[in-house]
Amino acid sequence: MDKAVNQKAWFLVLPVFAVVAFSAVLPLMTVVNYSVQDTFGNNQFFWNGVGWFKELLDPSSDLGSRFFASLWRNLFFSTVILAIEVPLGIVIALSMPREGWQVAACLVILALPLLIPWNVVGTIWQIFGRGDIGLLGYVLNHIGLNYNYVANDIDAWVTIIVMDVWHWTSLVALLCYAGLKSIPDAYYQAAQIDGASRWAMFTAIQLPKMNRVLLIAVLLRFMDSFMIYTEPFVVTGGGPGNSTTFISIELVKIALGQFDLGKAAAMSLVYNLIILIVCWVFYTVMTNAGAGRRLKEGAK
Amino acid sequence: MMHSIPGRRIIISVFLIFLMLPIYWLVNMSFKTNNEIISTMTLWPQEPTLAHYRRIFTDESWYTGYINSLEYVVINTIISISVALPAAYAFSRYRFLGDKHLFFWLLSNRMAPAAVYALPFFNLYSAIGLFDTPWAVALAHCIFNVPLAVWILEGFVSGVPREIDETAFLDGYSFPRFFIKILVPLIASGIGVAAFFCFMFSWVELLLARTLTSVAAKPISAVMTRTVSAAGMDWGLLAAAGVLTIIPGALVIWFVRNYIARGFALGRV
Repeated sequence: MDKAVNQKAWFLVLPVFAVVAFSAVLPLMTVVNYSVQDTFGNNQFFWNGVGWFKELLDPSSDLGSRFFASLWRNLFFSTVILAIEVPLGIVIALSMPREGWQVAACLVILALPLLIPWNVVGTIWQIFGRGDIGLLGYVLNHIGLNYNYVANDIDAWVTIIVMDVWHWTSLVALLCYAGLKSIPDAYYQAAQIDGASRWAMFTAIQLPKMNRVLLIAVLLRFMDSFMIYTEPFVVTGGGPGNSTTFISIELVKIALGQFDLGKAAAMSLVYNLIILIVCWVFYTVMTNAGAGRRLKEGAK
Repeated sequence: MMHSIPGRRIIISVFLIFLMLPIYWLVNMSFKTNNEIISTMTLWPQEPTLAHYRRIFTDESWYTGYINSLEYVVINTIISISVALPAAYAFSRYRFLGDKHLFFWLLSNRMAPAAVYALPFFNLYSAIGLFDTPWAVALAHCIFNVPLAVWILEGFVSGVPREIDETAFLDGYSFPRFFIKILVPLIASGIGVAAFFCFMFSWVELLLARTLTSVAAKPISAVMTRTVSAAGMDWGLLAAAGVLTIIPGALVIWFVRNYIARGFALGRV
């Protein structure tokens, strides 16, 4: 890939730059502005320096303890759903039918949860899990489990995790399926001639070929679970107590609920910084993996 | 031929049933009377009724929610695709100062949490007088849809051989004419896929849409959360409204089923 160097291409990119800068950079400047000021109301602001940041990163303060509690909750949630969704997604991709109308039918059903508005996803599970009117809650209660996601911390967590698995495992499965489809038949034939076992085929052919899509899947799932808001908000509202209050929920509570602009802004910046760092790490790994592969293919 | 694992039929069947059950339950409830929902546990409606759907289609506060949502979603899709097309061409064909950084910056905006932007967007759009209009939501959703559209379209433009550009320019086509007459028809399917994903991600988003509207432009998702809690939980109506929000996605999904992985992977499969 030797692209021509052409600085005029900037003119073609300019509209995108303008639109995204308008809705990303401009608002972020407001956030930076708020994060270093305090207010007594009446639109009178005064300089607060790094005060909010100090408070935010100090776990013994009220703000800091809330921030860190929701951060750990969020990281725990992301870890759990990645540990479930990635292996499950691979298994589903490997179980896809090989050809015929079943493939199309499976693809459509798999994609369906991905296209449901997030608050409706929450509503679906809110209804489905209720003991009085929901099938899941009703069945669980009738086989003797005392299941109630509104009152019990663990039940609330299980509900939210199962909901996320329901909502997003398809994404991992679809990506892996796309990766698997790109493997030429010749690879399998060669493996068969060599007498490779099913497991050897998986680790030596399929897994390496799925590397890139898996990386994308992990990136997307980590990011989206790290900024999850709507679904748990609809199902549990962050409760019972604060047990399912993730960072986004906490942030919206502080920013739009209490209108604590300085605190919310400081929290936004730290939150955004974490996302940016993780994103950059993934992007670097991704482009390096791509470049490495191109080198290898070029050498052949 | 793809080699699959033992017991695959059972695994995939169980998983598909797991996916369909909650959706079935919602559809099931939307056809029941409220009395039946609360008093008994039935696997299918005993006295099927269309009352909830009728109410949504006749009550203005409900159906305007759908119209409002469609309005900003369509505006957003048009803006995203039209600004992303030239950029995708530039990224695919040329190298220029800062191109890699710009690409990463776009990606990072796709990942930015909506919660961070809710408050500043509220201030920004109030200040320029767009608050509570579909334009505010449409522009706000550009933050994640424009990068997505650029990434998807870049993949499709790269699939068009460069010789076609060169031949067209030799034949005396000007750049805009080449773009509209030759390139756009060639990547029509790519534009369709990108448009579908812009539509979808704008349609499923709630936080920004709810924060940036109050009365006039209230989207259906916000109508659902507010009206229902005020009316003391009208479960059947809530279910019917939910079913109606699933339909647009379910209708178009068939056309993009082969590109679905690509769209969700930001065009990188």
